[in-house]
Amino acid sequence: MTALTAPARPGRDASPRPVPWRRMAWVTWRQHRIALAGVATLLGAWALYLWLAGSSAYHAYAAAIACHPASSIACGEILNEFDYAYGDPALHAAVLLQVVPALIGAFTGAPVLARELESGTFRYAWTLPFGRWRWALAKLVLLAVALVVAAEAFSLLFSWFFQPFLADGHDTPFAPELFDLRGVGFAAWTLAAFAIGALAGLLIRRVVAAIAATLAAYAGLAFAAGLYLRQHYAAPLLTRAPDVPGSAWVMSQWWTKGGRFAFGHPSNDLLMRLCPSPGPYKRPQASVAQCLAPHGYTQWTSYQPVSRFWPFQWIEGGWLLALSALLIAATIWLVRRRAA
Amino acid sequence: MNVIETNGLGKRYGGTWALRECTLAVPTGHVAALVGPNGAGKTTLLNLAVGLAPPTAGAVTVLGGQPAGSSAALDGIAFVAQDTPLYQNLPAADLLHLTRNLSRRFDQPYARARLDELGIPLNRKAGKLSGGQQAQLALTLALARRPRLLVLDEPVAMLDPVARHDFMATVLAATAADGVSVLLSSHVLAELERVADYLILLARGQVQVTGRVDDLLAARHLASLEALALSYLREDPAEVTR
Repeated sequence: MTALTAPARPGRDASPRPVPWRRMAWVTWRQHRIALAGVATLLGAWALYLWLAGSSAYHAYAAAIACHPASSIACGEILNEFDYAYGDPALHAAVLLQVVPALIGAFTGAPVLARELESGTFRYAWTLPFGRWRWALAKLVLLAVALVVAAEAFSLLFSWFFQPFLADGHDTPFAPELFDLRGVGFAAWTLAAFAIGALAGLLIRRVVAAIAATLAAYAGLAFAAGLYLRQHYAAPLLTRAPDVPGSAWVMSQWWTKGGRFAFGHPSNDLLMRLCPSPGPYKRPQASVAQCLAPHGYTQWTSYQPVSRFWPFQWIEGGWLLALSALLIAATIWLVRRRAA
Repeated sequence: MNVIETNGLGKRYGGTWALRECTLAVPTGHVAALVGPNGAGKTTLLNLAVGLAPPTAGAVTVLGGQPAGSSAALDGIAFVAQDTPLYQNLPAADLLHLTRNLSRRFDQPYARARLDELGIPLNRKAGKLSGGQQAQLALTLALARRPRLLVLDEPVAMLDPVARHDFMATVLAATAADGVSVLLSSHVLAELERVADYLILLARGQVQVTGRVDDLLAARHLASLEALALSYLREDPAEVTR
């Protein structure tokens, strides 16, 4: 080590212009390309499955609805067979897909800051002239946009895949395992998981712990939204009609007599007395309503009609977007002011 | 112009003051040694100077009055943190490219020539380099940014004697070639003997003495930086027992 190359003379700018934003594109790609490749692999494998399963399901569905006459027992059998062969696996796939936004968000979001803090490299990255809050903003926004685009594309494929199972109107798209996979829900939940992960990574400063915390926080939020929050996006409709369509999301049902609450479900005693059964089969709801109506009983149903699917999607997507923006803004603010 | 100037600077972590009432000014053109026992507040002072941590009290400016951590300050300062944290999974070439992307200036020909001299292959991942090579790579990345102030936190603590010598030779060459000011912390006093001409002595979070090494040596009739540092540290009753 005898020859020592010397750097050229430094420039003397009094007020330097900021380093251009576009420079972060390569940096972000270089540092997170493995995580992004993982996301592409996960979504790609699922997309391949949905495409193959969807293609054959569409084929079978076309055959089932081509059956004439549609009300015949034979045609009913074919539809039942279709539901059994294709509908159940599709629902299982939907249940499994619930964890995908959480995994994507946790494994891409949590390491963005946690890995820098854990390994000490933030001391390098954050003292370069690009500036640390701009560094955090550029990274988080670029990754968030990439994830949202990928998630939304995947969600469109899933919507196509699941369409035959909703087409007959017997099932509701509000089902908790479906609602957050279609429309804008999937992308919004992925974004939320990513934003949770970024903030958790900054606060916890350990990659593995931050991923675990992100998964836990996401699960809490997803359950709270599905079980308690979503039904309040709009006041439910109330109807006395005995046959609410299967595509509606039924909140609750009860019976009144003389304008006063009678019971939630008619008791077996009451049914035996007022509606003597013609056979051993359980009677459909409409006929129970028909036989109890002359005795002064009225069935009430509160429900969200299927026409509210998109308003509900936008409401949920909207608050998740706002929450994510807030979490990312908080992360950047903490990066800017926080002690290292 | 002062490369670093602090006024009543203090930093508290939890209930402990890591640095207290620190007032100093280091003029440009020096290799300033920040010396003190472990836990004296050296790293804290450097973190404040490069803007990684906000002060609890007082103020710190760099490069003639720029607030620490401001855009102008980051532009003129290159910081090599303790244990030279580089992205271990990135090859040297990508570290060069990353640094170039995040800086306003980057002397790519210098960086490549320097790595060539050091025998560091561009496609070798930082994590696969020896400790000495990692330190040299970090220093190369720092100097290629053509800083006016080079801040080094314990740069040679983890290195073997040969690597220490090579590292310091690179630092000295940079100061001689284009007047880069240097602020480096170390508790290895012997290593600073040949390079440092300005001393900041810290103990228990407070500045004990600061000034030109020649002036301080003359005032105490001492011959070496090590003797000088010890003479001040021994005055502090808490340090005698160490």
